[in-house]
Amino acid sequence: MSEGGERDENTIICRCEDISLADIRRLVERGYTTIDEIKRLSRTGMGPCQGKTCRLLLMQELARATGRPPGEVALGTFRPPTKPFKLGLLVGKEGETRDSQDTGGGEDDGGQGGAAR
Amino acid sequence: MKTTADAVIIGGGITGCATAFELARNGMKNVVLLEKEYLASGATGRCGAGVRQQFGTRINCLMSKASVELFENLNDYLGFDGDIEFNQGGYLLLAHSEATMAQFAKNVALENSLGIPARLCTPEEAKEIVPHLNTEGLVGASFCAEDGHLNPFKVTQAYAEAAQRLGVEVRKFTEATGLIMEGGRVAGVRTAAGDLATPLVLNATGSHAPLIAKTAGVDLPIIGERHQILVTEPVAPLQKPMVISFQYGVYCQQTPHGSFIMGVGDPHEPKGFDQGHSWDFLHRVAEKIAWLLPPLAGIRIVRQWSGIYDLTEDNQPVLDEAPAGCGHFIAAGFSGHGFMLGPTVGRIMAAKMLGQTPPIDVSALNLGRFARRELVLEPSVV
Repeated sequence: MSEGGERDENTIICRCEDISLADIRRLVERGYTTIDEIKRLSRTGMGPCQGKTCRLLLMQELARATGRPPGEVALGTFRPPTKPFKLGLLVGKEGETRDSQDTGGGEDDGGQGGAAR
Repeated sequence: MKTTADAVIIGGGITGCATAFELARNGMKNVVLLEKEYLASGATGRCGAGVRQQFGTRINCLMSKASVELFENLNDYLGFDGDIEFNQGGYLLLAHSEATMAQFAKNVALENSLGIPARLCTPEEAKEIVPHLNTEGLVGASFCAEDGHLNPFKVTQAYAEAAQRLGVEVRKFTEATGLIMEGGRVAGVRTAAGDLATPLVLNATGSHAPLIAKTAGVDLPIIGERHQILVTEPVAPLQKPMVISFQYGVYCQQTPHGSFIMGVGDPHEPKGFDQGHSWDFLHRVAEKIAWLLPPLAGIRIVRQWSGIYDLTEDNQPVLDEAPAGCGHFIAAGFSGHGFMLGPTVGRIMAAKMLGQTPPIDVSALNLGRFARRELVLEPSVV
């Protein structure tokens, strides 16, 4: 508590969903002390980046709050896809769309999304 | 830590939490709820989170209508300082065949007779409700403006915290491994953290309910089946109602947060307790959604997951005590619509466990119906 208490509670932990350290601490006070619970109750880590930044910050905060080493805080399930992509990518030519997904695909997919059948 | 309880609830989903709250609200002092992981970690927290009153059986119409009435005032009813995020954007059920449309006509007549404001729509009327809907091959639709969407994590939290304020002890991360039976009656519950003596148990463990029931000598015909689902990035409001096609087994709803939640049924999904996912699922959803709701093809998929339907032969739950008089109550087998019925089921099961008359007669949903072949088949499920 002492160490964590020095942090500014207005610090944003989850940038995608705009969740502050104070939001997290309110949930911890109510007995929600796992990443799985805090993710679901606050949307921390549910945004487009899927927790790539906030999951580790949350892990550190929960370790402090519960007096455990960070390594003992369960990280929760990492779910696919690794990077968001447009739904329409999957309805075009299957081989091509899979290739662009495999290579990371970039933030965008060239607007071929609307290719409905 | 307590080693005795007046009642033990097994399962921290909406059914368990709502029943625990209703028991405490009706004066039961010493209730313990056991959840093997965190609250809403099972089917409740994995579902599509839609709430509808458009069903094909009288009993489902009555239970869902009563649930919607509770959801409308649930923040106040439970004294919740958060928000359950109830948004009534309606449900548009699509008929892509004359047979489905005929079923909808029957359903709407039943729903209207029970005070549910559903109506039949022509394809043109359906397109007025959802302007980006592809009406190719559409015969008609059924629409109810009172149906909608809720946040299942918040609903479960609201029930659990309200129950705790009334004295219910919630034990998370504590698995119940079976019942202790003495002379044909429930005497307690075995948990990973020791035995808990109690004369009354609610088995609200979804697809795992048969495992608990077996320890009471009860054969519960519920099968787990994986169902996959995905969520997109949030976008500006585009689609008010949930859109469902039973024919194509697909559903799609925009949440108040802005993201779309969608899924598609697949008879080849694994049976049992698999909560994994497949790449193939994304292809099947994308193909159907891009055809049915074309603008959605331009929205990004953010995450996919799955949950387990607790299926019964007639797609209806078992709400019963079995064996009769033994203290083992079952509320499981919801077959994909357990979340939306939760508030009403909580009231019904609490009344049954307290020996009171339930607010809705659910005697038809007894366990013996499967052996006697007195099924209560719900035709409208996805």
